[in-house]
Amino acid sequence: MSRPTAPTGVERPEREYEKVAAPKRGRSASAQSKPGRSLALILIAIVALTGGMFASGHTTPRLGIDLAGGTSITLTAVNQPGQPNAINKANMDTAVDIMNRRVNGLGVSETEVQTQGDRNIIVNIPRGTNSKEAQQQVGTTAKLYFRPVLQQEVSGAPGQSPSPGATSGGSSSPKPGAGPSTGSTPQAKGSSSATATPKATPTSQGRAVTDALKAGSTPSPSASTSPGAKPSATPSPSASSASAGLQARYAALDCTKPAEQAGAGKDAKPSEPTVACGQDGKVWSKFLLGPVAVDGQEVKKAQAAFDTQGASGWQVQMTFNSKGSSKFADITGQLAQKPSPQNEFAIVLDDQVVSHPYVQTAITGGNAEISGHFTQQEAQSLANMLSYGALPLTFKESSVTTVTAALGGEQLQAGLIAGAIGLALVVLYLVVYYRGLSLVAVASLSVSAILTYVIMALLGPTIHFALNLPAVCGAIVAIGITADSFIVYFERIRDEIREGRSLRPAVERAWPRARRTILVSDFVSFLAAAVLFIVTVGKVQGFAFTLGLTTLLDVVVVFLFTKPLMTLLARRKFFANGHKWSGLDPKSLGAKPPLRRTRRPAGPTAGPVDPKEA
Amino acid sequence: MSKLGNLGARLHRGEISYDFVGKRKIWYGISILITITAIVGLAVRGLNMGIEFQGGAVFTTPKTSATVAQAEQYAKQASGHDAVVQKLGTGALRVQIAGIDTGKSDAIKDTLAKDLNVSSEQINADLVGPSWGEQIANKAWEGLAIFMVLVVIYLAIAFEWRMAVAALVALIHDITITTGIYALVGFEVTPGTVIGLLTILGYSLYDTVVVFDSLKEQTKDITKQTRFTYSDIANRSINGTLVRSINTTVVALLPVAGLLFIGGGFLGAGTLNDISLSLFVGLAAGAYSSIFIATPLVADLKEREPQMKALRKRVLAKRAQSGAEGEPVPVGGAEAAFDDEAEDAAPAVVGPRGQSASRGRGRGRPSGKRR
Repeated sequence: MSRPTAPTGVERPEREYEKVAAPKRGRSASAQSKPGRSLALILIAIVALTGGMFASGHTTPRLGIDLAGGTSITLTAVNQPGQPNAINKANMDTAVDIMNRRVNGLGVSETEVQTQGDRNIIVNIPRGTNSKEAQQQVGTTAKLYFRPVLQQEVSGAPGQSPSPGATSGGSSSPKPGAGPSTGSTPQAKGSSSATATPKATPTSQGRAVTDALKAGSTPSPSASTSPGAKPSATPSPSASSASAGLQARYAALDCTKPAEQAGAGKDAKPSEPTVACGQDGKVWSKFLLGPVAVDGQEVKKAQAAFDTQGASGWQVQMTFNSKGSSKFADITGQLAQKPSPQNEFAIVLDDQVVSHPYVQTAITGGNAEISGHFTQQEAQSLANMLSYGALPLTFKESSVTTVTAALGGEQLQAGLIAGAIGLALVVLYLVVYYRGLSLVAVASLSVSAILTYVIMALLGPTIHFALNLPAVCGAIVAIGITADSFIVYFERIRDEIREGRSLRPAVERAWPRARRTILVSDFVSFLAAAVLFIVTVGKVQGFAFTLGLTTLLDVVVVFLFTKPLMTLLARRKFFANGHKWSGLDPKSLGAKPPLRRTRRPAGPTAGPVDPKEA
Repeated sequence: MSKLGNLGARLHRGEISYDFVGKRKIWYGISILITITAIVGLAVRGLNMGIEFQGGAVFTTPKTSATVAQAEQYAKQASGHDAVVQKLGTGALRVQIAGIDTGKSDAIKDTLAKDLNVSSEQINADLVGPSWGEQIANKAWEGLAIFMVLVVIYLAIAFEWRMAVAALVALIHDITITTGIYALVGFEVTPGTVIGLLTILGYSLYDTVVVFDSLKEQTKDITKQTRFTYSDIANRSINGTLVRSINTTVVALLPVAGLLFIGGGFLGAGTLNDISLSLFVGLAAGAYSSIFIATPLVADLKEREPQMKALRKRVLAKRAQSGAEGEPVPVGGAEAAFDDEAEDAAPAVVGPRGQSASRGRGRGRPSGKRR
């Protein structure tokens, strides 16, 4: 763009002529209508967003734990029966990872999770978060099982109906007929895995209980590999007594009592039948359940969805992995052939039955739904937990306390003062260098700052966005990137003026080029933000969000504010006449003086340029 | 207008220019030197990872009257590391110190107890794991890798592969220097530092792309003329955007410098130092590398292209010829002609100096029509 010398004499008159003759009215007319509209648009947006901010009552952005402190929860891992050695470093680390992803589902809430000692996990939740909800989210084990229903009845009248129920259930469990059929299947399938072995059994009840018996009566875990042991185990008396004990528990269970609702199925081993409570609408029911058919670990993905066809409201849709899908197809295939209620399977989450759909045909696609009268939030948080897996350990809350900011208040204040001084210097620099134009720059920066602030404040309650120190720093760098857009544009305008144009055409001609530069370079920033936001977790994701937001706002502000404002100002005499203080004075910008005066000086000044460049 | 304004005008006219491309070897050398220093610093001193990455010890004191700032001071004296101190709801303090093992923690516990005037049994010491787990770090690396691949593809499409390569080299250059300085200064690496590095990654590319955009525009029809080689034009393009580069860098650096020097130096906002240092060094390196490394590198790569080699030959031949004829080529005129081809720009014709105001309206007309 630099143009060291005057054009050749041959060309000049022609251009000069063109200049004079070229009509300009049409274009400026079309340009006139636009700037006002854009400015109005962005002003309306600002007013609307600010109004929204005040209406929502969240007038400050939610601050991260490093800036505002929050709540600190200590969770202690507790031993589970049957897994005495489960509390080890690997499991603790897995638990931290899972909790991290649960609470930072959207990645911007800035909750911190870390281990402390051998068996504690500290969860730091920023102030202003719904800490109850977060507590629940991190602490819930989210062990999900699909178990066939053996028996079910409405709770509330314990001890009356159990006898018929018990007989049917009891007879169905150790049913001798199941024994032979199970015995025959291993040969048919030739499978050696414990879960897969009895799959082909036409009666899942038989299979289920056989599995249970294996675990119960033959503690030596060789059962799965030795098919011969199974038929012998089936009629074993110890098994029937274990199941009788369960029958007694089932009979005694009263699911209307809150204590029993939670405690009924507690600590059930996956391989054994168990009892559990569940709620159907307002009514609590109790269940006698077979061993686990499909494990929640085999859920690949889960999401909350609103059931528009049925009346079940919010539900959680799950996709199994390949192993899970085949298991699920098997179990549903078996259940479909049975009478009610044994054609049902129960979805058991943390020892409670959340739903117990019945099966009509085998479901082979590997998809399942849980519907259990969820609210939207419940469904989403359940889906979130299922997606990120169950905790390998069970935790109990050992303390909940508030903590102050990790970054001391005085330090933060010092930082803010320093940042303000830096900003003042920026404004000073812009005024000195760009003079009148700095009005545009400072106004654009202010618009950008207001929009950033308001949007951050609004995102606090909506997506739990929390502003932490890294985000503040991202915003500070954003000052540079935003200012760069104006600087690129201003320099283009000045270049055009140096070419000898008057302000209005200079403003219009500079725009397309500056626009391209701004878009191309902002795209790179936005790409970085988008990739990091999608791929990463935790603080990095929070940062990526800030970067993406500020980059988008930069484009919006430049297109809808800076450019229209520039167009409008170009009509002002102060700027158009190139007042000394407008920053657009052609003389001080060194606009090309008329040819007749530069003929002589132009030669010498241009001369030295070329050798330097060569 | 200020001297800088005149500088802009003179740079624009090409009255003054710095031969960035011609003297590239010097700047390559300087950069390689700094990079080697940074790598040596990294290898020898290593990075001082914060508690968020490596875990450490946590001390929980009983209810105490000491302020957070005091406790921070004590803990730093006792351990020699930066400490994170939080006040709990009960009035107790939680002091976290990075890189402490069980052996050392007892000694620190005793010192802390003395400083805080409590008995050392009342202080509960425990080891904490990293809150910035491996998973977060791995995911960040994964994201970085994907981004690099995408950005190279994007630059290769929007510009060309040579520019993509040069931008990537400049990026690695910036990141290496910043991490190296971290190792040399010995500041603790916190999540803030990592975020700072990621910010730099974005900014470095951003700045390079702005410079490349002007380069691309100026070299659009380069083969249609015989006046300048690719390097000449690259150099002119850098000089043309120099004012913009300086201004942007000043504006971006001022707030960060405020944080680093005023905040960290005078006001004692120590914890802000880590993030503002990485930003300051990175932003400066990013601006420097776009001009001194990336663009010359593109010129180097471009000059290897057969087309550009041929152009260089033609240009040199023409220069030699005109030199032999002893009659300097009317450089400006030819250049203006080239500019017209390349940019569709109007020639520089202005009304008499000082009358620009009154004649302003007429001057812009051709631009309107010719677009």
